[in-house]
This record gives sequence, C-alpha cells and structure tokens, in this order.
Amino acid sequence: MADVAVVEKKEAIKFGKKERKLLTDPLDDNNPITVQVLGICSALAVTTGLKNATVMAVAVVFVCVFSNTITSALRKSIPKQVRMIVQLVIIATLVTVVELTLKAYAFESYKQLSVFIGLIITNCIVMGRLEAFAMANRPYESALDGLGNGIGYGIILLIVAFFREFFGKGEIFGAKIIGATPDYMINTAESAWLGWYQYNNLMVLFPSAMFVIAVLIWAHRAWNPKLVDVS
Amino acid sequence: MHSTASVMRFVLIMTSIVAMLLAFLQNGLKSRHDMNEAIYSKKATLGAIADHLGIDYSQISDEQVEEIFSSKIKQVVINSKGEEVPAAEVEAMGYKGGLAESIDLAKEHKKPLDEKLLPMYVFTKDDGKKYYIFNTRGKGLWDAIWGCVAVEDDFNTVAGVSFDHKAETPGLGAEIKDNKAWVKQFIGKKMYDGDEFKSVYVRKGGAKDPVYEVDGISGATITADGVSKMLAKGIAEYEPYIKKLRG
Repeated sequence: MADVAVVEKKEAIKFGKKERKLLTDPLDDNNPITVQVLGICSALAVTTGLKNATVMAVAVVFVCVFSNTITSALRKSIPKQVRMIVQLVIIATLVTVVELTLKAYAFESYKQLSVFIGLIITNCIVMGRLEAFAMANRPYESALDGLGNGIGYGIILLIVAFFREFFGKGEIFGAKIIGATPDYMINTAESAWLGWYQYNNLMVLFPSAMFVIAVLIWAHRAWNPKLVDVS
Repeated sequence: MHSTASVMRFVLIMTSIVAMLLAFLQNGLKSRHDMNEAIYSKKATLGAIADHLGIDYSQISDEQVEEIFSSKIKQVVINSKGEEVPAAEVEAMGYKGGLAESIDLAKEHKKPLDEKLLPMYVFTKDDGKKYYIFNTRGKGLWDAIWGCVAVEDDFNTVAGVSFDHKAETPGLGAEIKDNKAWVKQFIGKKMYDGDEFKSVYVRKGGAKDPVYEVDGISGATITADGVSKMLAKGIAEYEPYIKKLRG
C-alpha cells in the first residue's frame, strides 16, 4: 500500500497539492475496493439497489471522517497497548449513532439495510485508515483522508448498485426504466421501454456483485495501467 | 510506554463517555423508534386490503396510516375458544393498551393453546362493507415469515394478503413481499369448501386448482411451502371464531 506519510510539522492548515492528493488518491490510485480489495463483504450485500447503496455510502463516509478525526485528535494520549480496542470502540460508537439515527429518521432504509449498518464496524477500510493514517497524522489531514476513502468506497458501491438494479430490476432509484411492468402480461398496452426485456434475476443475487466488482477491477487497471503490478 | 494505571484510567474514562453518549441518544430517540415500528406493522396490515383503501397504497403517508387506523379500523382480540376478549381484560393480562396491535404473534406461539391471544382487525369500507384481517406467522427458508390475510364478510373469499420476512433471499424468497403481481394472485381465492377448511395452497410449477391454489415462485420452493403451511396453520387458529360468525 502506498500510503502518503505526512510529516509532522507545525504547519498551518491549508489545502495544497498534498492535501488534494489525500482526497483524490483513494478515488483512483489507491481505491479501497478496486485496488486494496477491502470492504468487499458490504459491497456484495448492500448493492441490490441504488437507494440502499447511497445510504450505506453516506454512513461509511460519516464513520470514516469522524473516526479518523477523533482517533487522530487522541493519538498522543491513546496507550499503545490498547490502541486497537480504543479504535474499535470509537468506530462502534459512531456506527451505533448512525444506526439509531437511521432508525428514527429513515426507517425504511434501516429495515432494508438491517444488519449491514452494524457491520460497518468490521469494515476493514475504516479500521485500516485508523491504523495506517490517523494514528500518525494531524486531525485535519486525517479528516481529508477519511473523506477520500469513504467516497472512494461509496463511488464503487454506487457503480455496482447501478448495474445490479438496472439489469436485475430494470429500475434506477426505484423508478422503472426498462422491462415489463407488473401489469404488462395482463394489459399489453402498459409497458416501460423495452417491454421484452427479461430481468436478469442473477443480478439481484450476491454472486453477481462479485462479477461486477471483478469487471470493475479489470476496467480500472485497463484504464490506469500503473496499477497492474500494485496488487 | 504507558503504565498499567494510566491505561486503566484512559479506558475507564473513554467507556464512561461512550456509554453516556449512547444511552442519552437511545433514550432521546426511543419514542420515535417505537412510533416507526408501530406504523411499519400497521402499514403491513393495511397492505392486505390495499385495493379497498380508496387511496394509492404505494404512496401512503404515515399520517394517512394513523388516520385510517383510528377512523376505519376496529381492533379485536380473540382467544383460542373463538371469543372476543374485551380491551380492559387484555390490558390486565399485561398487554400495553389492550389493543390487537400490542399482540406479538411470535410470543403467542410459545404459549399453551388456552392462553393464546390472537389479533384481528376489522376494516369498514366507505360503502359499509367489512373486511376481516387475520395475522399469521410461520417459517421460511432462513428465518421467520409473517403475514396478514384479509377476508371478505363471507369469511371465505380472500380480499388480499401482505407478507413480510426476516431474512429470505432477495430475488427469490423475498419475492413474497416484493413481487406485487404474485401477492395479487391471492385475491378472490376461497378458504372453505362448504364447511370444510381448505386454506390456500402455493403450488410449485403453477396452480392446478383455480379456487384454492396460487402459482409458486421459481427458485423459492421452501419459502413458498412455508407460506402454504403458515396460512393453513395461522387461519386454522381463528377457526373457532370464524365458525361462530359463519353460523
């Protein structure tokens, strides 16, 4: 992993080339899913629809940014012997906050994401960033790094969800785009575009996410050849 | 290297802060959580009579759910002998509010037969026609499935059903909830042959009997069988009551 080590200095908070790199690196050269191949479990599970994927992406961005910032702010006082547990407690707290908030204000999404919100705790991306970056850098840079990694994860989630929802259900964000409507067989006059399209049920099931992610990894490396030998 | 005492101190302070924060949040949001849960199950109940509500069920708002429940629905609690239990008596037995909505079938199924209570909802349409909604609960492939069955006032014709599940496979078993076309098949099916209770059967490979069977779901045989069993067993529990009303 090519982590950018920011040297600890009494620097003013600015947004220069180095900071931009912190933000954009996880989107492309160091993407958590397609390059580091982390967080695959939730990428398989919550990408059946764009709506769920969006909620999940926002939740992970939130947890990434705040866990990075808090860990970084505490990095000098966290005892080295128990640092993993401390990091875990910080992540778990933030995830519980997300879960309770969703349950109160976005109940439908909470019902559909169910156990996977809780599983953000075990998402390797979050813990990996704490260990690799936040423990050695200032809160400002850590927040940017968390934001970059959260978005890098979220983008892949949305791309996978787009393909799965479009080909599996003919929908985008729950709106019917192609294929037969439920009334199509009974009343032939009513159909969305391409009424003949038979939904590919495999796309709704988990294995299809594996295929889509594999194709994405291939496409990413074809587009950015310097990644070929990275991992 | 930190000393053991300082590690202990750090961990203690951290856990108390976290515990306090989460307890505070949980308590603050509890009323909203309970409200959401209640509306969610009420919405599922209304799903069984979606065609008779007079409004578009897919666009229904939380306020509309509450309004229909308070103005058009009567909640009834039934015991295993088929008698209606008055709300005050139900509340005395430890159910908050004493209404049908406070009954959890998962808990009732663990009780002996003569202590079981069953929830029922009576919906009165604008034209005065009544629909009776029964709750039932069973097992799918992975975990629990449950549903609401609405029958017309002849206690024979199914007016609609709605199913839900805990962990069925999306695209396969989960179709019992998501596939509206499949759920619609139940409308108009009969549960009785004369006086004999037959229930509605989900037939693998396509319904053979147009009156008592519906098509199965390909790839979800076990979930579909679970639905058949759940309906047969669930409605049979209401039989003493139905028999009385059918006369």
